[in-house]
Amino acid sequence: MTTVLETVGLSHSFDHVVVADNINVKVEAGERIGIVGPNGAGKTTFVNMITGHIKPAHGRILYLGTEITGHSSRSITQLGIARSFQIPQLYPALSVRENVMIALAARLGKSLDFWNPLKRKVWQAEALDILKQFGLESYVDRPVNVLPEGGRKLLDIALAFALKPRLLLMDEPTSGVSMQDKFGVMDTLVDVLQRSGVTTIFVEHDMDVVYRYADRVLVFGEGRILADGDPQSLFADADIRRAVIGWEYRHDDA
Amino acid sequence: MNIWSWVRSSPLVAVAVLFVIFLGLGFVLPEWIVFLLTLALAQGLVVLGVALLMQGGLVSFGQGLFYAASAYAIGFAMRLFGIQEALIVTVLGILVGVGLAALVGLLIARYREIFFAMLTLAFSMAFWGVLQKSTSITGGDDGMRIGTPTILGFVLPPERLRITLYVYTLVCVVVMLYLIYRYLESPLGYTVRAIRDNEIRVEYSGVSVYRSVYLVYLLAAGLASLGGALTAFNVGHITPNLTYWATSGQFVAIALLGGTGSVFAPLVGSIVFELIRTYAFKLSPDTWQMTIGIIILAVILFMPEGLWTIYQRLVGRKQA
Repeated sequence: MTTVLETVGLSHSFDHVVVADNINVKVEAGERIGIVGPNGAGKTTFVNMITGHIKPAHGRILYLGTEITGHSSRSITQLGIARSFQIPQLYPALSVRENVMIALAARLGKSLDFWNPLKRKVWQAEALDILKQFGLESYVDRPVNVLPEGGRKLLDIALAFALKPRLLLMDEPTSGVSMQDKFGVMDTLVDVLQRSGVTTIFVEHDMDVVYRYADRVLVFGEGRILADGDPQSLFADADIRRAVIGWEYRHDDA
Repeated sequence: MNIWSWVRSSPLVAVAVLFVIFLGLGFVLPEWIVFLLTLALAQGLVVLGVALLMQGGLVSFGQGLFYAASAYAIGFAMRLFGIQEALIVTVLGILVGVGLAALVGLLIARYREIFFAMLTLAFSMAFWGVLQKSTSITGGDDGMRIGTPTILGFVLPPERLRITLYVYTLVCVVVMLYLIYRYLESPLGYTVRAIRDNEIRVEYSGVSVYRSVYLVYLLAAGLASLGGALTAFNVGHITPNLTYWATSGQFVAIALLGGTGSVFAPLVGSIVFELIRTYAFKLSPDTWQMTIGIIILAVILFMPEGLWTIYQRLVGRKQA
């Protein structure tokens, strides 16, 4: 098995609040990892450190054995790590297909080409194909702002997916999506991810989603990894359930 | 398919049709209007550059820098080296303008919003100071004379000068419209528009926002330089005023007036602006700026996308 990602002693804090405390994780190729934990547990910080948004104070991040600690988010993306965001990061003034085609041009290193058209047949077709996989083909030539929230989430992930990454990180792929739509979004997503075989890490609040769709779970709390294992055995543990859900309540009360 | 939809089917056809119409106009309109059109088209090129930057969410208050740099480069080439050929000095002007942008852009492309605007303003005003103060070299406030150029080696007789320069300007505009059309359809054109929408997503696609902004900055500088060259030929005289803040501000005002919705919008804006200015001046020489100001305010209030909105509404109604 290839180790896609490895973090060694990753630590970080914001104004004395520890958001990452000696995080050591190894991610093998093809894994689909769900990260759970209460608010402020350091889940998003973990994703932000890997994707170069935050430079960790201590520790190292290795991608396919190469050190990427402190690299810019752009160069990390170029190496093959793509991400989606809690709040979808799209181009609202452009059509759904144009959004994807800009990502395709980026993947092929053609973004600065100012002579050949973006809308070449091959890219049009590939963009449509990607949108079909994500179930967004009915929106293909429509503006982004007509998409429902679930569609915006999927498009955000599709923009990352279009870069053909080796490692895909998703920050709360179902936040803001209604309870009824949640599983629909995840079904579509997991189906695409499974077929492409991309290694995935996703941060998720909803325990049901993680239970159903992750094949390995990391439980975060106060910047540390409290537990690491398969969802069935982890969620059977009452202490862990209490840890995640209990803190959630405490946070909501505050 | 009627003629209208055929013209609209491709921007290239539209450009060709407009070229023929404008060419014809040059031969039937009175000379003073032809002169005004020539200047408006030259200025429209600069505004086109401003509009391209605006598509990336960037407002430049310093396009006068390249407008003037190109004009002065031509002035010196003519005076010091005696080069009269329009084609050669036009290319030279563009090279000098773009070369300057390549240098200044290294810094400016790192900034956005008000910081970008202020830096562009600062550089253009610094250049204004240099031109103004080096009286012995640039003639200071009095400026420099630009001799009549030759075109492809032909010496222009005075009675044909206006129309020839008009046609030369028109050809330059058509070539630029084609280049800009290619750019707008290209991945870079889309990436720059994407930057205005969401810089974060562009960076997380592995694309350098800095480099994209730098390139569109060079492109806008190229357009401003060409505009400066054409203005210099037509006016025959250049002053530091070309890089004064009011000149650069006027380019931004025209961009707002015309809109950024199409490659034609800045040109339409420029022509309308010059016509308004001429008539406002005729009507009331002391308050023409106020007249223009009120008109621009009205356009911004009622047509946020500029005069181009009128065209879009007309087309929308036709299609409905």
